[in-house]
Amino acid sequence: MASAAHTVQRKRVLRAPTATRLRHWTLRGAAITYLVAMIVVPVAAIISKGFAGGLDTFREAMASAGAWEAIRLTLVTSALAAITNAIFGTMLAYVLVRYRFRGRGLLSAIVDLPFAIPTLVTGVMLVAIYGPNTPIGKAFGSVGIQLMFSQLAVLLALCVVTLPFVVRTVQPVLLELDTAEEEAAQVLGASAWKTFRAVVMPAIRPAIAAGALLAFARGLGEFGSIVFVSGNIEGRTKTAPYFIFQLTNQFKPDQAAAVATLLFAISFALVLVTSRLVRTERKEAKA
Amino acid sequence: MSVVLGPPRLVDVTPGSEEMRRRGRRRALVRGAIVAACLLYLAVVLVAPLVGIFLSAFSEGLPTVFETLTAPEVRHAFFLTFQITIVTLLVTTSLGAVTAWVLVRHRFVGRRIMNALVELPLAMSPVTVGLACVLLFGRGGWFEPWFTARGIQVIFALPSMILVTIFICIPFVIRSVAPVLEELGTEEEDAARTLGASTSQTLFRVILPNIRWGLLYGIALTTARSIGEIGAVLIVSGMLKGQTETATIYVLTAFEERMDTEGYIVALTLAAISIVMLGVIEISKRRKIREVMG
Amino acid sequence: MTTNAAIRVQNLTKKFGSFVAVDDISFDAAEGKITALLGPSGSGKSTVLRMIAGLETPTAGRIWIEDDETTFKSVQERRVGFVFQHYALFRHMTVAQNVAFGLAVRKQSKADQAERVDELLDLVQLSPFADRYPDQLSGGQRQRVALARALAPRPRVLLLDEPFGALDARVRKDLRHWLDDLHRELGVTSLFVTHDQDEALELAHEVVVMHEGGIEQMGSPSQIYDEPQTAFVAGFIGSPNVLHGRVAAGHVLVGDHRVPGADHLAEGAAARAFVRPHDVRLAEWGPDGGAVEARVDRVSSLGWLSRVMLRLGDGQTIVAEMPSDELIDLTEGTTVAVDLRRAKAFETAEPVGAPSE
Repeated sequence: MASAAHTVQRKRVLRAPTATRLRHWTLRGAAITYLVAMIVVPVAAIISKGFAGGLDTFREAMASAGAWEAIRLTLVTSALAAITNAIFGTMLAYVLVRYRFRGRGLLSAIVDLPFAIPTLVTGVMLVAIYGPNTPIGKAFGSVGIQLMFSQLAVLLALCVVTLPFVVRTVQPVLLELDTAEEEAAQVLGASAWKTFRAVVMPAIRPAIAAGALLAFARGLGEFGSIVFVSGNIEGRTKTAPYFIFQLTNQFKPDQAAAVATLLFAISFALVLVTSRLVRTERKEAKA
Repeated sequence: MSVVLGPPRLVDVTPGSEEMRRRGRRRALVRGAIVAACLLYLAVVLVAPLVGIFLSAFSEGLPTVFETLTAPEVRHAFFLTFQITIVTLLVTTSLGAVTAWVLVRHRFVGRRIMNALVELPLAMSPVTVGLACVLLFGRGGWFEPWFTARGIQVIFALPSMILVTIFICIPFVIRSVAPVLEELGTEEEDAARTLGASTSQTLFRVILPNIRWGLLYGIALTTARSIGEIGAVLIVSGMLKGQTETATIYVLTAFEERMDTEGYIVALTLAAISIVMLGVIEISKRRKIREVMG
Repeated sequence: MTTNAAIRVQNLTKKFGSFVAVDDISFDAAEGKITALLGPSGSGKSTVLRMIAGLETPTAGRIWIEDDETTFKSVQERRVGFVFQHYALFRHMTVAQNVAFGLAVRKQSKADQAERVDELLDLVQLSPFADRYPDQLSGGQRQRVALARALAPRPRVLLLDEPFGALDARVRKDLRHWLDDLHRELGVTSLFVTHDQDEALELAHEVVVMHEGGIEQMGSPSQIYDEPQTAFVAGFIGSPNVLHGRVAAGHVLVGDHRVPGADHLAEGAAARAFVRPHDVRLAEWGPDGGAVEARVDRVSSLGWLSRVMLRLGDGQTIVAEMPSDELIDLTEGTTVAVDLRRAKAFETAEPVGAPSE
């Protein structure tokens, strides 16, 4: 019969049992220690060393032979590889999601191969089939195109290494796409291409962009395959990561750190942006 | 960008009509072209190179392959890679699972920062990772005095190679377990507790079985990545022959010393191992998705 | 401390930051009986249940289960059975393993476990499904497994959180009767949470109506239904008509009409009159003391029940329901006399959200 009655007693505020709180903080402590020790400390070392001498360190580093060319080569080839894989990656995602054929699982696995295979081995494989002593390499060489130990080699290696990124970001979006919208467009008279442009493209465009940006960020830092296929020729096929490698071996860690900080800042910004893009995409698709 | 659809064209679309047959043919052609383009691309970037390395490795015949794989430097190189991989797995799996748990189940200030930190190694070039290790443990480094005073060699030795590999592999287990934990929700854990299960009983009987495929996926990715690491370990190893050469470093130096076939052989072995890991990756990926769908 | 209360809750409060989900609640759940916590979503009822189970920690207040203070006890120590809205079955275990779980973690012998599992699967009529996995069962079957699992370790009380909420209407009704029979057989003290008033009124011996973190009224189902004591309860139970007006001489003045039953309210206060559709009596319009004039908007026949939509002079609408064979000859546009003698009036405090679910 009583509705909520207020008591005169003072209400004690309770806290969770001590054992649980202890457990919570131990786990949290372990995780935080793990991440701080393993990630924050090394990054701090790089950034502090890189900025210790201010911009002068950076200028000194960039004064070395082939420095600007290295940065430019890395940016251009990573961008081209990202664009190439945006196109082929989207096609592959479409084939994997919409077409039904035997060996679809195998195709999916092949697409994931660059994530499993050592980057150095990727470089070795490319030289093994396209090197100057191979039939294919010689054939292209006779018409003046050098496949390996050239800028083309850098681009090719990056294409292999960044292949899965766009496929992986576009595939889930395509899977969740309701074909009802496409069917509606077709009933209204739109051709297959128009349907694709009007219904499918707008939905996957953010995913393609996210995948391309991730591929680009990945390409900026690539070392293992490029060190093998590019020939590391000063001013022509030397990339930014190799440049950092050189500076480190020349006992110029501060200059190396300066260039490394620049490269890292770009990549990290891209990774954060695309992470958020992918997460909001997934939330919107679920809604 | 909107596409304007014109008025519906009046077309004879009875099955079997000329128009339907034409459309069917056109559609098949487009499909075929797309699939052909994809297959051609994959052939150029992946399939042909795999064939190439296979042929090059066996170019001097089977006996050379056996000789190479049983040579002491090669065996030592693989053993070193194995050691680094095992330690990396132990650390990143256990601490990674804990971190994933904390990120998903706990609510606290700084969680967003923790999430960003986990993504960080993915954005770093391996050479930068190697450089960071040199800055910390090399001559004049932040931690170098402490270790030198105790006679512990970090740089140019196994410890630094392990550390850089751990750094690079941190995100994998965390990023594969966290979404699974998130999708599973707390209901089964709550149910277990109401039925009297202690924390460890809940962990082993309910939580671990539920995340096993996500965990395996992360472990497979970590293994493949540890085995394949080159940039960072190259910098911190000092490339001391027979002592700090991992399998990947062996391949690199083999080619530098014009021992091409040996290089190809070891590289092919690494490719074979990673293809096996790929199989595990694919299987666990599929099971992981199916699990989470419930 | 009376020993008739299997569950006692005193001054229970739960705050999430500055949001008060449960505000100083006190009630008892009697031994061997079914008690329902009834209320709309957001009323805090699930939070109360979870605090009793130990799944949430109260901000303040005390909890006793069978005279044993459990306020500070862990979930495991409380020995309650809990049934979740979405079943929470262990997806990797068979039905039998699920049911045995509470016994397995207490390290009972395999033989004892097997015996008890058989007993319970028999009780919930799912013996042939012992080796199936949860994803091979229907929703109703899963909930029965969840119940068997909760009962296996012989809990002191059974707590159910919207147990039929995830099931479709037909299955829900069937399981409701089934749970009733089960309770008659077992006699376990049960406390369940629901937003479905039919469920609460049909199953429970005692109903606690909750709203915005507080208790509006407690009592037997018939008390709740026939004697609502707050505007919220009057509006929530029974999907009544709501008429707004002002108190004048013991009536609520709704436009030109006077609705009786406001003697206990202050003169001139804003008030609402609640009258249930089947309490509205219709008669031919003629000069009559207490009747209100209304025009018939629409008559719908739903089989044995008929529904009449009526419009008052000031535009307010009323719904009347009656058995179809009692329907007096009504066509649209007819003027009738509406008898609202059985209305219950309450003062309106601040604007409250729509009372009926």
